[in-house]
Amino acid sequence: MSECAKAIKLSGADIVTVAVRRVNISDKNKPLLMDYIDPKKITYLPNTAGCFTSDDALRTLRLAREIGGWKLVKLEVLGDKKNLFPEMIETLKSTEVLTKEGFKVMVYCNDDPLMAKRLENAGASAIMPLAAPIGSGLGILNKVNIKIIRKQTKLPLIIDAGLGQASDATIAMELGCDGVLVNTAIAKAKKPFEMAKAFKYAVIAGRQSFCSGRINKTIMGKPSSPIKGTI
Amino acid sequence: MKKIKKIKIKLNGKITTIIDKITLAELINDLKIPLKKVAIELNKEIIDKNKIRKLKLKNNDVIEIVHFIGGG
Repeated sequence: MSECAKAIKLSGADIVTVAVRRVNISDKNKPLLMDYIDPKKITYLPNTAGCFTSDDALRTLRLAREIGGWKLVKLEVLGDKKNLFPEMIETLKSTEVLTKEGFKVMVYCNDDPLMAKRLENAGASAIMPLAAPIGSGLGILNKVNIKIIRKQTKLPLIIDAGLGQASDATIAMELGCDGVLVNTAIAKAKKPFEMAKAFKYAVIAGRQSFCSGRINKTIMGKPSSPIKGTI
Repeated sequence: MKKIKKIKIKLNGKITTIIDKITLAELINDLKIPLKKVAIELNKEIIDKNKIRKLKLKNNDVIEIVHFIGGG
């Protein structure tokens, strides 16, 4: 738990996702997350990781709201145990219900621009498309779709799942995303603290690069020094 | 001597025997659970923590007490 708190601090993260689980009744001396990570210093984002139905996800987030009083939540309804892709029909339905109940819903989704639009219309507070399957470390597989989603929405766009190394975060930010959600790439790295720092710098670099406006791509060479005055 | 009546409840998935007519607040207190850091579900309904002192537990009640852990 203290390692986790240290990695979060080093990464410069603003938000940490949390899961709702049973209190250990028999061993109450087990440390609580709130003892290590102060919810006043970092935003707790309750999420429904591991839920495979809309009912489970709704139940989890209603309980989460009761624990902390937060309205900002992350919705994740999975559809397949092997690839962990989101079940988008259930996700869309849950988004509608939660929004009506006053939640601010950040939605894990696939990288489909049409579905992203539907989520936005249903009242989502943030669009969180996957880069690749959860925990796969493959990086952003469909940059074009992410770019299209970026163009069509002013909502916060956060890459959720599938990043493998720091440069993947830079690419996400260069595509115009507002942030990245990272767990496995840091937690399972050989040196998690160093990787946490690498991600911090990667996000900053990517954002600055995006805001600076990249040059146009050409297939021909262009001299970078002036021709005039050549001897 | 009067025999103390006991009831069975399901607490976080485990069948547990408790004294009859105990309130939910008393149970939470006995378990030394920090009320501010948890949410409670009684028979699949989320319970308003302000009302647990008046809630007497019944035989076969199903209680879930949950909190936040790291994970995303």
